[in-house]
Parts: sequence; structure tokens; C-alpha cells
Amino acid sequence: MAGSILASATAEAGDLAAPALDGGQRDGVLQRVARRPSGVVGLLLTTFVGVVSSFSGWIAPGDPFLLGNPALLPPSGGHRFGTDNLGRDLFRAVVHGMRTSMTVVVWVTVISAVIGITIGAVAGYRAGVVDRALMRVTELFQTIPRFFLALLAMSLFEPTLRTLIIVLGLTSWTLLARVVRAETLSIRTREYVESARAAGGNDVHILVHHVLPNILPTAIVVISLGASRVILLEAGLAFLGLSDQDRMSLGFLINNAQQFLEQAWWMSVFPGVAIVLAVLGINLLADTFNDVLNPLLRREPAGARGSILRMPGGEV
Amino acid sequence: MEAPGQALLSVRDLHASFHTDAGVVKAVDGVSFDLRRGEVLAVVGESGSGKSVTAMSLLGLLPSPPARVSGQVLWKGRDLVGLAEPEMRKVRGAEIAMVFQDPMSSLNPLHTVGRQIAEVVRLHTTSSKRQAWERAIEMMDLVGIPQARRRAKSYPHEFSGGMRQRVMIAIALACDPDLLIADEPTTALDVTIQAQVLELLQETKERTSSAILLITHDLGIVAGMADEVLVMYAGKVVERGPARDVFYRSRHPYTLGLLAALPRVDDEAADNRLRPIEGTPPSLIHVPSGCSFHPRCSFRRLETCSVDEPPLAAHGGEAHRAACHFAEDVVSVAPADLQRSVPSAAAAAPGP
Amino acid sequence: MSAGYLARRLLGVVPALFGVLAVTFVLVHAVPGDPAVLLAGEAATPDRLEEIRRDLGLDRPLPQQFVTYAANVARGDLGVSISQGRPVNAIIAERIGPTLLLSGTALGISSFLGLLLGLVGARRPYGRFDLVVNTASLVGYALPAFWLAQMAVLVFAVHLGWFPLLGYTDIRRELTGFDHLSDVGYHLALPALVLAASEVALLARVTRTGLLQELGRDYVRTARAKGAAEDEVLNNHALRNALLPVVTLLGTRVGFLVSGAVVIEAVFSWPGLGSVIVTAAQQADRITMLGLVLVVAVGVIFANLLTDLLYGWVDPRVRHR
Ligand SMILES: Nc1ncnc2c1ncn2[C@@H]1O[C@H](COP(=O)(O)OP(=O)(O)O)[C@@H](O)[C@H]1O
Ligand SMILES: [Mg+2]
Repeated sequence: MAGSILASATAEAGDLAAPALDGGQRDGVLQRVARRPSGVVGLLLTTFVGVVSSFSGWIAPGDPFLLGNPALLPPSGGHRFGTDNLGRDLFRAVVHGMRTSMTVVVWVTVISAVIGITIGAVAGYRAGVVDRALMRVTELFQTIPRFFLALLAMSLFEPTLRTLIIVLGLTSWTLLARVVRAETLSIRTREYVESARAAGGNDVHILVHHVLPNILPTAIVVISLGASRVILLEAGLAFLGLSDQDRMSLGFLINNAQQFLEQAWWMSVFPGVAIVLAVLGINLLADTFNDVLNPLLRREPAGARGSILRMPGGEV
Repeated sequence: MEAPGQALLSVRDLHASFHTDAGVVKAVDGVSFDLRRGEVLAVVGESGSGKSVTAMSLLGLLPSPPARVSGQVLWKGRDLVGLAEPEMRKVRGAEIAMVFQDPMSSLNPLHTVGRQIAEVVRLHTTSSKRQAWERAIEMMDLVGIPQARRRAKSYPHEFSGGMRQRVMIAIALACDPDLLIADEPTTALDVTIQAQVLELLQETKERTSSAILLITHDLGIVAGMADEVLVMYAGKVVERGPARDVFYRSRHPYTLGLLAALPRVDDEAADNRLRPIEGTPPSLIHVPSGCSFHPRCSFRRLETCSVDEPPLAAHGGEAHRAACHFAEDVVSVAPADLQRSVPSAAAAAPGP
Repeated sequence: MSAGYLARRLLGVVPALFGVLAVTFVLVHAVPGDPAVLLAGEAATPDRLEEIRRDLGLDRPLPQQFVTYAANVARGDLGVSISQGRPVNAIIAERIGPTLLLSGTALGISSFLGLLLGLVGARRPYGRFDLVVNTASLVGYALPAFWLAQMAVLVFAVHLGWFPLLGYTDIRRELTGFDHLSDVGYHLALPALVLAASEVALLARVTRTGLLQELGRDYVRTARAKGAAEDEVLNNHALRNALLPVVTLLGTRVGFLVSGAVVIEAVFSWPGLGSVIVTAAQQADRITMLGLVLVVAVGVIFANLLTDLLYGWVDPRVRHR
């Protein structure tokens, strides 16, 4: 749940850390996601956005900045999304804008996932001083709003896609780190981890083979929610004019539409809908995933002391 | 008020199930018992045997969905199953009160303990805020919390576990209930505190002529307090009867197993650890065929036990019943050393 | 609230402030080349470069530079804007009011609506209303604020004419006193609602989830066993406990709200910090940008402090620590 994860993580909730799945139970998570309407819509949207951005050059060939059409044409057979004030084809622009969006998201997600999982797992696994130090750093990164840090970096450094990716990647891991830490803290005291340690298991090995598989379900939910926020961030920065000027971007298109709102609604509507579809798809997926994992996470082994009065389908 | 000689509480064929994604969990499956004023009925069984669910269904406290409850809970002659919520609320806390297992989490962390005791008074009487507060202090005094007037303004986290459980008992007793359900009231407490809390419950019962339904998986506690014992396994009653009979003339292998699991007081030098019954409790979704205990039973004869479900039949008197095809074999083998393991039962077994 | 708690919270601000200074300092120095040229721009006069070098103590070793930088910021000296030639703190002081007004109003609206919707949803989980709120939340949380702003302008201002198109007040009329306030309110309504929209979505979900979670806790079971009605259980017990994480969340949302505000200001020509940022971005005015980031970060730190204090006030366990 978007909110709940945020809330628990910010409330420093140890009890977010639900017991993870055993190997056998994890099977079928995707099937379970696909069985829910929200999951189906999420999968479809995400796949659609993924396909469009991967094959943008093939779907809408040509330079998205190319001028030369009549200006402010409404959507029609020739220009499905119409043209803008300078006669750019908006369909091509939106498709290429989606690609830019996805490029940023994929890279930022990879970078921040690696950092977040590493920091969270190490902090939770090591506990003690290491934990406190790492959490201090995490809090520090949470203090400065990512958006403003990115603004600053984009204005200080060369405003390229690479700069943007690096800045967002280096600042988008904090929530993940906290959630992973909470999970790891609860897992490290489990019997199988303790016995692996007692058997002289190498820490890295234990982390990779015992801890990681268990935090993965929750981590995936947090990571995907983070990804959808990155789409919005990238668009917001571009909207304010802080983006790579050589890359077509949905935020830039919406900014450009501002002056022509009254004459050319299509200039704003299509890029906006593209953003919403991308964000919504990922959110729906994350949400369903979370819902599907939760009953599993919360169910107690048969015969174990059950706590009564559990609300049905309780969310993390 | 119930008619003279009639039971205060009569439970008949109680069923409670949970409808989950994984299937239907039959947590309580046909439980019946009676409870009279001044009596202590102990419900024993391993974790997950359905003790708490039984208690919660009496008060209509199970969340629905996923829970479904059927059968009869006759309280002073009136059936509580299916009773309208507003009527049910008048019973809860006032006529039937409950003390839960974990005093750490059972109190609202954001309210003072005084307020939490006063709340139940306000809910069931017309007393003013002031009067309810005074009653709260009185109750805290009664359950042995020192400096009650001052401590009433404290928050739960400022209390020890034992003191919190006293607060829970104060809440339960504040409206002079006729029945107190105590669900593992001492499981979360230190041994010394356990004794104090049990003593408090015992005193209460004697003072108010109420009845107590004591849920526990600790037979040591039962021996000292209970008049009647109900042994539950996988949602069913497998044995029930006067405490003395159930302890000394156990007729169900599961009861024997529970008794054997007790720490042995007379034999400290040797192995003084718990000896759990071998095997694990069954899944309540796919209960074994026949006698649900047969997979773990050393008395079983497969051709019978895995096929026929034994009825809860009387053995040696109408009061003592057991659901075992080989009840007579069980009572004959009850070994001497098993009896030695519950000496406190001998001391505390109720007189005639 | 114990004095110890208060003192610890106040002291906790220090490392955060230090961290913000350190991060921005490192950023400025991480760019290859002369920081003075970086900040003042390629076109700066030698005098101007000299002035910046002096201000930042660029001829001294790095640790000393950091001290100088920190001291300047502490004094409220954020340097002189390159594009406007005026002190950055004056520019910010001039423009921060409307931004605070906008984000503050949005915070108020979203807290109220979010809590309300969450509460109603939790009362009948998986009911029809809950489903509608949940779906709306999901969509609301996916909307970029600036785009929602444009759509709102298109529908409510352009087509329906319910709200003014843009601006802070009607500049054609010289209003004073109450008339001025109500005019500002009229102009504020649409941007504030737009900004609140995605926050409402988030808060409603967090509140609902938190409430449902609390409703499954042992102390709630105790309250039910006392004979309390479901409404009493919800209002007297679960709600306050469920609000604890919401309070924390609100604190962390301040930064997001301000970020959102500056972006949608551009749509509504709202004369706040957003316009300063846009100008600074266009003119590569890095000194102004740096000053802005510092101010926002410090604001967020103090918002979090406030949240912590509020939390301590609500939760006795924290208060007594
Ligand atoms: N809300 C619930 N949903 C599903 N199963 C439940 C629920 N509450 C209890 N159970 C199951 O009912 C069985 C009996 O539980 P319980 O009565 O708590 O046992 P105990 O004898 O330890 O008190 C357990 O298997 C438990 O997992
Ligand atoms: Mg129990």
C-alpha cells in the first residue's frame, strides 16, 4: 500500500517487518497478482509503457524535435496527437518523451535499489554502531527534499540525462534502506540465520542466500513505488526547465503547453496522460503485489498460537 | 438471573470457523459444557487447539468475516449466539468480563490506566466521570496496586507486566461480572508474579460468587484452581470432567501427554524439562480422519482410530467423559510416575 | 513533555543542519573548475568573481572555506543573486510568503480531507465507499501536480469560469482589508486544491490502513470486551493510535508539499518561490538556486522538529523517555 509503507517506514516501524515467505509459498505470486483486476490493469499498463519506450524509434521514427508541420493542429489521422505551437508532431514527441522517462526510471531504480538494499541489509544485519551510523546518513539524505537537491545539481552541473540519473539515483534509496533494515533486523534473529552464522557462514553468503530472498518481496514493493515517484520527479524538473535540452521529455511538453492551454488542449492532455498511465501502472502493480503478499506474510503456521481478531486482508 | 440449579452458562455444540484464502479453518468444532456459579472451569490444550476462539465466540468478539459461529451459548437462559450487537454489548464487560493473555499489548498505550478502568464503569453504569474515576481507584486498590490514587494517572508503559495484568483484572472486575474469562492470564508473566495473579483470581471468585473460565496450556495452574477441566484438541473436546478425575484417571492419551509434559517437581536432579507430546497439532483446515489425535497417539489402532471418530462418552460416572476408542486402556496404563508429576493436583483437588 | 525530550529533539537538529551545509558545500566543490566561475557564471566581471572568492574564502583551505560558508549561511547571508543583483535572502523573503500560504493551505485541506476519508473508509473496509476512495487515491497519487493544475485550469477556470485563471490577486482592482483577503482566497482556492489532491490521496490511504491495523490490535479487543460500541472503539481508541504515524508522515510531507507548490506556481502565475526557481534556472543563477535549496532544507528540518514535538505530545511513551 503506497501510504502504509511510507507511514510504517517513516514511523521507524519494526513491526513492518513481517515474516517472509518460505520458498514454496512464493510460487504463484505472479499468478495471484494476475488474478486481481488491479493487478491485470497494472501489468497491462506497465507492459504497454515498457513496449512503447523500448520501441519508440520504431513506433514513431524520426527526430521528436523536428519542426515543419503546420502549428497547433488538433489531433487527426495525420497527427494522432496533433501538433504543437512550433509544428512538432506530438505523437512522436510523447512516444520519445516516454522513452526518456523510462530511461531515467530504469537507471535510477537500479542505482537506488543497489544502494538501498546494501545499506539497509548491512545496517540491519550488523546492528549496533554500524546500524546507527548508516541510519544517521539515511536521515540526512531524507532531510533535503530530493526535488530541490536535483534542482541544485542540474543547475550546478551540466544538465544532462546522466546528471539527472546520478542525482536521483544517489538520493532515492532512503525509504528502501529503512524498510530493508527493519526486515533484516527481524530476520537476523531467526533460527536459520542464527544457525547459519553459528556454522561459521560467511556474512556475505548469509546476506545473499538467507536474508536477501526474505526481504525481496517487501523490497520489490518499495522499489516499484519509488520508481513511480521518479517518473513524477523527472517530469516536474523538466516542467521547470531543468532537464536535458537534447532529450524530448513529457514535462517539457506540458510546460510548453502552458501558454496554449486555451487554444490547444491536446498539447497538455496527451503528455499528461502518458505520465499518468506510466505512474498508475507501476502503482497498481506495487499495490497488488503488496496485497497479495500480505495475507501470506501474515498467516501463521497452522497450530501456532493464533492472535485473534485479525482484520481480514490486513495491510502492512 | 438463572433459575436455581440451572447453569449460569450452557454451551451447546459450539462451532467457530474462519473462511480464509487457504480454506476453512475449523477452530472450534462442536464444543459443549456447563458452568455454574462459584465454579472454576479450566480449558486446557496445546496452542492452537481452539481455546481462545472458544472464549471469543462466547462474547461474540470474533471478527466476521472471516469468522462464523454457530451453536448455542445460553447465558442465564438466553442464547448469545446471534444476539443483536447492542444487547451483546450490555453483556460484555458487565456480566461477562475477559482478561487476556498479553498485558503488554492489551492496554491502550495512550490512555492512563485509571481512564481505562473508568471507561468500563462509564459504559455500564450511569456514574459520573468523577464517580467512575473513584471506582477505578477502588478497583486498583482491590487488585493490589499500591498507591492507587497516584498510579491511576500513569500510563501502561510505566507499569510492570504483573501490574498491567492487575490493571486488566481491575477492568474486568469493575462492573462485578458474573463470569470472568481469563485467557492464559499468566502466560506472559514471571513465575512469582503468576502465583500472585492466580491468587487474586481465586480470591475474587470466592468474594463475589462468580464463575471463572480459566484458559491455559499449563496444567500446573489448573491443578491448583479448577473444579472442572475441559481438554481441547484440534477444536474438539477430547476429555472433560471433575479436575481430580481428569488428572488421576485420565482417559484420553492426549491428556496423558499433557500431564507427561509437566515439569517434574519431585525429581529435580533428573531431566526437569518439559517433554512435549511428539508430533505437531494438525492443520485445522485438513483435520485427520477418524480421531484427529490418532497420528500422534501411542494407543492407536489404525483400523479403528483412523476411521471412526470416537464420541465423547461417559466413563466411570456421567461427569467424566472422554473421546477415545481405547479409554479403558488409557486409564489402566496411567503410570505411577505420571501421577507423581502433579503433586499439587493432589493437594488442591477439590473436596467433596 | 519532559525537558530532556525537548532538549534532545532540539539538539538533534544540529547534525541535520550541519549535514545540509555539508551536502551543498560538497556539491558546489564537486563541479570541476573554479567555484567562483561556477557560481557567478562565465560572463561575470573580474570584480564580481573577486567578491565571491572573498565571500566564500576560496583562497583558504577547504575546511576553512566550509566554516566561512556555514557562518555566512548562519548569519542569513546567502550571497548576491547573479540574475537580479540583489541579496538572495531578500528575494526569498519577498517571495516565500505566497509559497507558504499555498503549501500551508494545501496541508490543511489535505489533512482534513485525508483523515476524514480514511476514517470513513476504515469504518466499512471493502465497502463501496472504501472502494471508491481507494481507487480515487490510487489515481490521485499518480497525477503529476502541475498537469492536474493545467487540467483544473482548463476545466474550472477556462470552461466553467468558477475560478480566476491565474495570479495572487486581481491586479485590476485595488482591494484592501477583507476584500483583499477574500480575493486572495478566491485566487488561492484552485492551486491549493490541486496541490492538496495527491496529498489527500496519500493521507486517506495511510489513515485507513493505520486504522485497520490498529483495529486488529489487542487493546482494541480489550475495548470491545468492555462493551464499547464500534464507533467508540474507533474514535476513542484506534483513531489516536492510528494518528501517530500520520503525524510523522505529515512532517515528512512538508518537503514534498513545498516541492509541489513551486512547480504548480508556474501554472497559476502564483508569485512564490517557483517563479524564482524558473528564472534562476533559465539564467543559470546558481547562487540563488543554492540559497533556495538551503532555505527549503532548513524549513524541512524545522518542520520535522515540530512533528517530533507533536508526536511527543500525543504519545506518552515518547514523552516520558
Ligand atoms: N482470525 C483468524 N483467522 C484464521 N484463523 C484463525 C483466526 N484466529 C484464530 N485462528 C486459528 O484458529 C485456531 C485456534 O486458535 P486459538 O483459539 O487462538 O488457539 P489457542 O488454543 O492457542 O487459544 C488456530 O489454528 C488459529 O490459527
Ligand atoms: Mg490462545
